[in-house]
Amino acid sequence: MADLVTTSNFPNPDAVYVTLIDARRGLSETDAAALDARLVLILANHIGDLEVLRQAIGLARKTGKNNGAQGK
Amino acid sequence: MTGGRKAIYHYGYRRSPDQDARQPVRHPVVVVGAGPVGLTAAIDLALRGVPVVLLDDANRIGEGSRGICYAKRTLEILDRLGVGSDLVRQGVTWKLGKVYLGDDLVYAFDLLPEDGHKMPAFINLQQYYLEKALVDRALEIERIDLRWSNRVSALEKRSDGVTLTVETPDGPYRLATDWVVAADGARSTIRDLLGLGFEGVTFEDKFLIADVRMAADFPTERRFWFDPPFHTGQSALMHRQPDNVWRIDLQLGPDADADAEQKPERVIPRLKKMLGERPFELEWVSIYRFNCRRLARFVHGRVIFAGDSAHQVSPFGARGANSGVQDAENLAWKLAAVLSGDAGEALLESYDLERIQGADENVGHSTRSTDFIAPHSPAERALRNAVLDLARHCDFARRMVNSGRLSVATVYDSPLTTPDEENFAGSARLGAPVPDAPVRTRAGRDGFLVEQLTGTFEILHIKQGARPQAPPGVKLTVIGEDLQDSAGLLAKRFDASPGATYLLRPDQYLCARWRTFDPDRIAAAHRRALGR
Ligand SMILES: Cc1cc2nc3c(=O)[nH]c(=O)nc-3n(C[C@H](O)[C@H](O)[C@H](O)COP(=O)(O)OP(=O)(O)OC[C@H]3O[C@@H](n4cnc5c(N)ncnc54)[C@H](O)[C@@H]3O)c2cc1C
Repeated sequence: MADLVTTSNFPNPDAVYVTLIDARRGLSETDAAALDARLVLILANHIGDLEVLRQAIGLARKTGKNNGAQGK
Repeated sequence: MTGGRKAIYHYGYRRSPDQDARQPVRHPVVVVGAGPVGLTAAIDLALRGVPVVLLDDANRIGEGSRGICYAKRTLEILDRLGVGSDLVRQGVTWKLGKVYLGDDLVYAFDLLPEDGHKMPAFINLQQYYLEKALVDRALEIERIDLRWSNRVSALEKRSDGVTLTVETPDGPYRLATDWVVAADGARSTIRDLLGLGFEGVTFEDKFLIADVRMAADFPTERRFWFDPPFHTGQSALMHRQPDNVWRIDLQLGPDADADAEQKPERVIPRLKKMLGERPFELEWVSIYRFNCRRLARFVHGRVIFAGDSAHQVSPFGARGANSGVQDAENLAWKLAAVLSGDAGEALLESYDLERIQGADENVGHSTRSTDFIAPHSPAERALRNAVLDLARHCDFARRMVNSGRLSVATVYDSPLTTPDEENFAGSARLGAPVPDAPVRTRAGRDGFLVEQLTGTFEILHIKQGARPQAPPGVKLTVIGEDLQDSAGLLAKRFDASPGATYLLRPDQYLCARWRTFDPDRIAAAHRRALGR
């Protein structure tokens, strides 16, 4: 079973950030959220490992300001 | 939940001699509720030699329509009870499902892509026809004492049984019984009398369910739409039933006004948007909200819950009556074995275990389907819509589109099963009902394997040399002697080799198998399957 990679996976992290920013530039909040949702699904399928996905969700919830503790 | 149509079958209340007895008359089994589940339980028990008193608070069936889709496994059970083939003839057979996004087909499934099974993947049939067929069958069986307009109103537990108070048009009487099968539906009186919780999820969305009579040449398929042009932003489902009746489900969202939405002046325009100018008549209309929940345990001493009284699901996946009928068949042979002394009461723990597994599977599937169809929050809806948007383009998303995963038999992870020691391929699985296959009888008649099974413990043995001797209490069928594997499919589905031996439970579930016939191993597996 693979573990979630949290060390940098890209030689050029800035390029990754710019690519993701470019994808949402000019989009409304709703459209950006919809894009993110599609992106999450596409990437989740590409990863193809439910355990890694669970770890990623755990990390995302733990690190946010609304850390998900009040969500369900 | 109000229906429009009047009941179509009426039955008379008849006074029972039990009502004149000074002391409560004692019976081995009382089944409470003559819905599909109580009727199945009563018939199966009676065919196994157990006398049954079957009580129902109504004196009619057919008010309003509910279930329509009956799955292959249910049909096999009903066939063993003597009504399956007639129901298949009466019903509409189907196996294809199509899911549309707007106008576009995004996903299709075939529920039974292989031949060589007696029963189809599914039939559609109005639930009142199913109930009518079961009532007719019950009335043929002398061991069943079916009492209409008998409503259970109180229950008193004794150490070795239960005393029930039953209300009738002639006033109340008391009835003593060793066992109660509580098949009294989702609003179970018995569950309330025992003070049992019924916890789960309630979905806020309301659904309009209509049965419409019209001449139409729509395909005989399950068709489901997300966001169709005729019902924007919501979902719709359409199914064919016999008598030119079509079932239509329209999602209305959480804020719909149930009373207003039920009025013809509201319903008819909605349906016209879907059906066009084609003339139609409303058979029945109702507004539902759905629940997915179950009891924590189904066996409570001498009171055993089955069907909707034990678990409730949303209709997406057709898992309600289908799973209830499977509860009834799981319970019937076990209770009969306990009553005859073949097994101890401990066997009933396996009913709890196996059917809770079944319920969890059914509740899980129907909850996930309903979550998909009716998301709980705007954030959940955004993700659902993302799946739908992607479904037009990629396979992975099409496979996430969930409009209902249709009922199949649960594979039990059960202590009654003897684990494999040898390898077996094929579609037969331990803890599952045996797959069907074409066979030819000694008399040269072509038929199917499952219809040949008699509802006892049974060995299927692939002929190899002399006919072996089965242990007591187990019927032996030699393939290649008693039955011929006429299409070669039995061998394939069972991964059979000469000498291979399969032990089937009375409910046709495979509980042990070996490559050779070994009487000691068979006897041990038989004892284990009886919980001994
Ligand atoms: C819109 C809709 C669509 C559905 N579609 C499907 C489908 O396609 N396939 C499927 O498998 N399922 C479907 N279902 C579910 C199915 O209708 C139920 O699961 C099924 O009726 C349950 O059977 P039951 O015998 O457990 O309970 P019920 O059918 O509710 O029967 C219970 C009986 O007990 C009697 N009773 C109640 N209280 C007492 C009392 N105190 N004393 C005596 N008698 C009593 C009642 O009169 C009733 O006759 C659908 C349900 C709905 C609402």
